[in-house]
Amino acid sequence: MSLLEVENLWVRFPTRQGIFDAVRGVSFNLERERLGIVGESGSGKSMTGRAILRLIRKPGIVEADSIKLEGQNLLDLSEPEMREVRGQKISMVMQDPKFSLNPVMTIGDQIMEAYLLHNNTSKAQARVKAIEMLEAVSIRDPERVMRAYPHEMSGGMGQRIMIAMMLIPDPQILIADEPTSALDVSVQRQVLDIMDGLVKKRGMGLIFISHDLNLVSEFCDRVLIMYAGRIVEVCDADKLHEAKHPYTQGLLNSLPRLDQPKKYLEVLQRDEAWTKEDSVRGTR
Amino acid sequence: MTALTIKNLNVWFGAHHDRVDAVRGANFEVQVGESFGLVGESGSGKSTILKAITGLAPTWSGDISVEGTPLSGAKRDRAFYKTVQMVFQDPYASLHPRHTVDQVLSETLQLHGFKDIDTRVVKLLDDVGLGGKFRFRYPHQISGGQRQRVAVARALAGEPDILLLDEPTSALDVSVQAEILNLLTDLRDEHKLTYLMVSHDLPVIGHMCDRLAVMKDGEIVEVMDSEDLRQGTAKHDYSRSLLAASAAA
Repeated sequence: MSLLEVENLWVRFPTRQGIFDAVRGVSFNLERERLGIVGESGSGKSMTGRAILRLIRKPGIVEADSIKLEGQNLLDLSEPEMREVRGQKISMVMQDPKFSLNPVMTIGDQIMEAYLLHNNTSKAQARVKAIEMLEAVSIRDPERVMRAYPHEMSGGMGQRIMIAMMLIPDPQILIADEPTSALDVSVQRQVLDIMDGLVKKRGMGLIFISHDLNLVSEFCDRVLIMYAGRIVEVCDADKLHEAKHPYTQGLLNSLPRLDQPKKYLEVLQRDEAWTKEDSVRGTR
Repeated sequence: MTALTIKNLNVWFGAHHDRVDAVRGANFEVQVGESFGLVGESGSGKSTILKAITGLAPTWSGDISVEGTPLSGAKRDRAFYKTVQMVFQDPYASLHPRHTVDQVLSETLQLHGFKDIDTRVVKLLDDVGLGGKFRFRYPHQISGGQRQRVAVARALAGEPDILLLDEPTSALDVSVQAEILNLLTDLRDEHKLTYLMVSHDLPVIGHMCDRLAVMKDGEIVEVMDSEDLRQGTAKHDYSRSLLAASAAA
């Protein structure tokens, strides 16, 4: 049994022009692996991540045959039961730490809050655990960071703090939505290395949502490529550069490369047929 | 001739114990027709240099000259804006949400003192590859790439010689990035433009620029040719580590 199985997922938004399908019949599964979801903005990759946690607000509609977490269909759960799943079993790291940390609470209080919410222990115990977590994400001087406010942190530190907070309840699945897009390349590496280490050590499943093909091909085990709400191609991450779908090839070719200087970059020629193709199953 | 000369430039914000030295002792020259890149991490001071040139960072010392004319303080005259224009990072933020493309461009043209505004708006939209059907749209009715094209058109309105490009494609998807970079390449040929481009993306700088300066903590650690970047023969340790990080990512 897979850790997570998503079967025929649709996300719809009613608009004045009729119903807009953001995600259209996507099926995939997740083992204890690093699964990448790539695509351009508007391809439905973030919506897929949010739909799994049932975070799509009304009037958005989420429909699926099933979203099974270790056999348990998440769509059958009530909202309070779902709250148990969020954080405890499936955690999410968002794109920009500036918007996901509370600006008027110290880092320490925020991490401890996350811990106390899920565990019935003393504050002192929570504090020890919080410091341990900050150390786990390679933050130097965690005592000082505990007392600091989010605006005193750099982007890279903020993102590591977010990851620390997400890991406290020891979830089985981590959904990371563009976790490094707001960071510099040098910091990006550190954050990825930390996530990688944690996934390996704890045997978690990771869904890594990104628009950066190179990053995904290097960091993940398997990649789903999404276009217009569908999966157009599934491939092993290290074979991404041999991808067959013209969309994936087009995206790869449009990147400037240091080793291949040329005057003009290749421009992606979109084909109307891509939006009509059936979604590829991302299961194995 | 040099289009831009920066000599011993210091830029700081705040005063006394709050003072932050964002740029320290920067030196470089950009020749006419050249495309020059500034790379570095966030906070390394690369965008601050552009701000000092355009007068958006009033506290600076040293020498900045544009086509041989020295600048001072934060005041810039009309001739400056006719020579130097800037394209900002985020086209979602740099266009007025309640002004149509037509309003954005005609207001700019009026400020530059042109009379034949109508024909020039059409010409500008044509130059940046947007047809007439985009003329009366609002920013929210067009895509990110199209917005960035409008921002480029606005910068071109005064027929400048020098364009300052502050991360012009980092808010865009890679497929759209390729279109905008190709557009910038074409415009540079057609209008004989000089580019000073800021980016944290080394492959983008390598693609667009002839020479580049690597910045760290407010200082320029190395000025090199893009060819050196491609060959991986950076001299400074920091440039090498930056190159390694972006090659791996």
